[in-house]
Formats: sequence, C-alpha cells, structure tokens
Amino acid sequence: MKIIAIDRQGKEHTLEGRDGWSVMEILRDGGLDIAAECGGACACATCHVYVNDGWFEKLPERSESEIDMLDMALAVEPNSRLSCQIICSDATDGIKVTVAPE
Amino acid sequence: MTAAAPIETDVAIIGAGPIGLFAVFELGLLDLKCHLVDILDRPGGQCTELYPEKPIYDIPGLPIVTGQELTNRLLEQVKPFDPQFHFGEMATALEKLADGRWKLTTDAGTQLIAPVVVVAAGAGSFVPKRPPVPGIETFENAGDGVGVHYAVRKMETFRGKNVLIAGGGDSALDWTINLAPLAKSLTLVHHRDGFRAAQHSVNQMRELEAAGKVKFHVASVKALHGDAGKLSGVTLAGADKSEWHHETDVFLPFFGLTIKLGPIAEFGINLHENLIPVDTARFESQTPGIFAIGDINTYTGKLKLILSGFHEAALMAQAAFHIARPNEKLRFQYTTSSSNLQKKLGVS
Repeated sequence: MKIIAIDRQGKEHTLEGRDGWSVMEILRDGGLDIAAECGGACACATCHVYVNDGWFEKLPERSESEIDMLDMALAVEPNSRLSCQIICSDATDGIKVTVAPE
Repeated sequence: MTAAAPIETDVAIIGAGPIGLFAVFELGLLDLKCHLVDILDRPGGQCTELYPEKPIYDIPGLPIVTGQELTNRLLEQVKPFDPQFHFGEMATALEKLADGRWKLTTDAGTQLIAPVVVVAAGAGSFVPKRPPVPGIETFENAGDGVGVHYAVRKMETFRGKNVLIAGGGDSALDWTINLAPLAKSLTLVHHRDGFRAAQHSVNQMRELEAAGKVKFHVASVKALHGDAGKLSGVTLAGADKSEWHHETDVFLPFFGLTIKLGPIAEFGINLHENLIPVDTARFESQTPGIFAIGDINTYTGKLKLILSGFHEAALMAQAAFHIARPNEKLRFQYTTSSSNLQKKLGVS
C-alpha cells in the first residue's frame, strides 16, 4: 500500500504504508520533516497534513478530539487532518497528503 | 532588566521535565545541589504541557500514570534535595569561566555558575506557534500594543486599539473576552465556527458577539500589511476563499506552543541534527562538563523513552560527581541499605 506525500519544499515522495500504522509514522520514518511532538497522542497538532485528490472524503470522519486539536494547528483548511489519526489499510492505498506549513 | 548576583551551585540543569527532575534525585544522592531553568512556568516539560491527562503505560513499576501524576511524583521524590527552580526563563548563553566552571545565563538575567551543566531540554524550548504568514516576524517587535504579539503582558497597552485575535483555544477566547471591553474594536477569526475552549468561555464570547462588542469571522489571516514594522491591516480569507481587507493595529495569534531547539544551538556544544551526541558511559557531550540526557541526546541505539532518560541521569550523576568534587571519593550506595542515603531522603 502506497502513500504519496508532498513535503514542504513541494517534492513528492512515494512511501510504503504499513497496515495498522499511522500515516504520521510512515511520514516520520520516511524522513519527511514532520515534528509529531507528542508522538501520536493527538495532543500537539504538529503532524498536520492536507489530504488531497478526493481522499479526504474517503477517510473515516475526524474524531471530536482531532477536530479540537486542529484548533491548535496553523493554516487549517477543510481537508486538514492530523496524520497520527489516519490509519493505513488497504482502503488508504494510494492516499495523497501534503505536509502543512510549520 | 537588572542582573542579579550570580548564583553558585554544583549543577545547572536546563529543563525541568521528568528527566531533569530525576537528575536532581541522582545528583542529590551524591550531595550535589541543583538549579533548574525552564521556559515553561511549571515543572514537567512535555508531560505537563502536551499530555497532562494522557496515561503513560511504560514507566517501570507504574502500570498507568498520567503526565501530571508522574511529574507530581518526581517532585515529591526530589523534595529532600531542595532543588531551586527558575521557571519562565530561557537559558540563553553558556560561557566557560577562567576557573573552569560554567556560567549559564537566562533571558531574565539569572546567572548560574556551576562546574557541571546538564542539558535535559527534550526537543528544546516551548515557544508560541507562529502562523505561516509572510513577513510576520517584521511586525513582532513593534512595541507595546502594536504589531504582532503571542502573549498579553499588559492589557492596558491594548486600550483604544483595533485588536485582531486568531485561534480557537482557551487563550484565544479568554483574551477575546478580556480585551473586548478595552479595545476600540475586537475581531476574532478562527478556521471553523466551533471552539475547543471551555464552554463557558465560548458562551461569553457568543454573548459579546450578540451585543456587537466582538466580531467573529470564520476566516484566516493570509497577509499582513504595514510599513516599517507598523501593522495597519491584514488580508482575511473566508471559508469560501473570498478575501477582504481588515484594518487592525494589533494581531494576536493564539495557536499554542511548539518546540524549537532555541539558543542551545549557540552554546558551542557539538550537535548532530539538533541532538547532542554523547558517550554512553557518562552521557557527556563532546564538551567536558556539559552533559546531555533525555530526548535531547543521541547515541547508537538511543530510544526516546522516559525510562531511558532515567538511566542516563543515573550514569551522568556518577560522572558529574568527579567533576564537581575532584578531590572526593565517590561512595556507591543503595537507598535500601544505606542509612546515610536514607538520612538524606529524610526517611530515617
């Protein structure tokens, strides 16, 4: 399963997703510049991404705690997600995300 | 700011998170006294700033403990050693003195002189998140009551001003409520028509909005306008991408804190990708007398776990003793059997 990730410089990376892992973990281990300060606890909003190309609607809805935490993110758009809350599966194969600005 | 008299101590610790606190314990067992500097206004570091209520499950012997509880327990554990805290201060400079000791200076003018410095700074300093608006930094030091500010120090400075606040958390709402009566106008913008702030604050804001004392827009700040650091207005963009000009004297973004390495990068300590390489026998940086423990250090096999930081603190203390007390012999003792240690801990 693939994750297409666009970094802050606009460069596209194709990363191998892993079933059950969060997108944040794949981005972090793939060497993308993503702070993920709280380590995936939905407590810091520093793994903020935009979900592109229709993928936003295909994902399960954001939880209340994720919506709340996004209030602490910068430059939030309608397709904003915290990547620690997106879990890789066959259903996310090919998902396209852009790392939000710092 | 007036420089207070320098404080002499055995160990100056940068960071009062769990690892900095446990270092006080391990150093205290060896009779070394500590002063700690932390930019936050309370102990606990990431544990209390990021996840005070979230449970941690991998602290040996504590099957479940929250970040706040762990901090409270560590504070209780180090109490016998009477650590001195300098909260709300950022360590800004480190210099070596002629006698071989270090002088650590903070932005509040505190000067700590010690033979040993321990960097237990996690990922660095918690600083306000800066919105990614081009040129925002040029408006940040415009002075009281004008330009961009990330905190309100004196409410009076905003009297009679056009104030724009951005954010949806408690700080954004609290300052909206508190500054609305003073300001000439107060506008709040947030990316959604909903807030993570306390419900009573949201209710109060809605009342002010209904009374025409606060304007609220679902919008974000796209650009700042002004000359020579003097803010005159911003471009706001709504949810439908429409943009409009909004005149304001002040812009207060409240998006919480993030972590930046900060001045530690300028201390002359060897860094590798913003981490301090250490040896695993002493946890000393490549500069003798400066140690690094917890998330800030790196070595082969490093795991960023609180429990690893505790181990690092124990070994660091043994090495630090020989620097702070070069003419004394270190006596390794167990707290379970040493009446001497138990006396220090106040339990016998």
